[in-house]
Amino acid sequence: MSQWKNFSKGFFKENAVFVLFLGLCPTLGVTTSAINGLGMGLATTFVLTMSNLVVSLVKSQIPDKVRIPSFIVIIASFVTMVELLMQAYVPALFEQLGLFIPLIVVNCVVLGRAEAFASKNNVISSIIDGLGMGLGFAFALTILGGVREILGSGSIFGFKFIQGDGMLVFVLAPGAFIALGYLIVLVNKINKKTA
Amino acid sequence: MEYIIIIISAIFVNNILLAQFLGVCPFIGVSSKVETSVGMAGAVTFVMVIATIVTYLLQKYVLIAFGIEFMQTITFILVIASLVQLVEIILKKVSPALYQALGIFLPLITTNCAVLGVAILAVQKDYSLLGSVVFAISNAIGFGLALVIFAGLREHLDMVNIPKGMKGVPIAFLVAGLLALAFMGFAGLV
Repeated sequence: MSQWKNFSKGFFKENAVFVLFLGLCPTLGVTTSAINGLGMGLATTFVLTMSNLVVSLVKSQIPDKVRIPSFIVIIASFVTMVELLMQAYVPALFEQLGLFIPLIVVNCVVLGRAEAFASKNNVISSIIDGLGMGLGFAFALTILGGVREILGSGSIFGFKFIQGDGMLVFVLAPGAFIALGYLIVLVNKINKKTA
Repeated sequence: MEYIIIIISAIFVNNILLAQFLGVCPFIGVSSKVETSVGMAGAVTFVMVIATIVTYLLQKYVLIAFGIEFMQTITFILVIASLVQLVEIILKKVSPALYQALGIFLPLITTNCAVLGVAILAVQKDYSLLGSVVFAISNAIGFGLALVIFAGLREHLDMVNIPKGMKGVPIAFLVAGLLALAFMGFAGLV
């Protein structure tokens, strides 16, 4: 598999959210606006890339039986770093994302890539895989956040383009499920066409 | 009174699945049959309550006592991962029947964000030990309730004629949206 294919598979063909249905909790929880989705996506991309890098470096040292706990510790260390960095440099976004930042630890995308890809491949491919899957995740979150923001509050990335409120339900919990449901149908359709 | 408010708010108003989106992965993945979702709910309740007690004590007597609160994420996830292992071993010895029933669901719980989420929330909300236990139990009930209702709905969905592209996960999300809408009716209860 060429490295470009390795990178780009995360966007449509194996998109974590739309196709594999992994990491749904943050996907639904934080995407009340496009900027929140993007922030969460980038934080996850950082954790995913770094943990893929470290896992692929130490994979031969870790006994098979304790590999899952070891992966979790590696991931948790990077999540803590992201937590402290975001608290220091983007406190507003940190407040908005709240609980979902420590919850990156249990994001199945991160552990899934460590187990399924980084523990079997070399360092370069693992970094590229982490970047691709992470940015694909960020892409999905931004789209979902954008759709919900446009429909729910009539703005995009904070720029308002209608008077008054939008369809409030899309900012609230039910809108998250409904918007994601329709987006999955759309992505399935696109994937079928390109396949 | 305080505990009644915690219970009602955790089960209905701020339902952990439908309002806070914690534990959505098993919600979509496991909930295609009522039977399996009851098993999952049981296993989650078990681990959630024990994990909340242990993490509460650790937070209070280790992390805060030594001023290392920033280690919270790492400590909590390690506690949960080892607890799941421990529960699995103990159940196997003590109650093989229960182990058989919960068996396959136990390892899945480590990556269920509801467990870690509730542990962190209980600490953030500054409950007492008893309050945390009540909070964990009611969240687990809320999780189980949503999971079982949803599984019941999905069993019926199999027999319904829907557009081809919507089959499977997309329709599940739409139904979950409607269920969340229904649970929003509880808002304002507390």
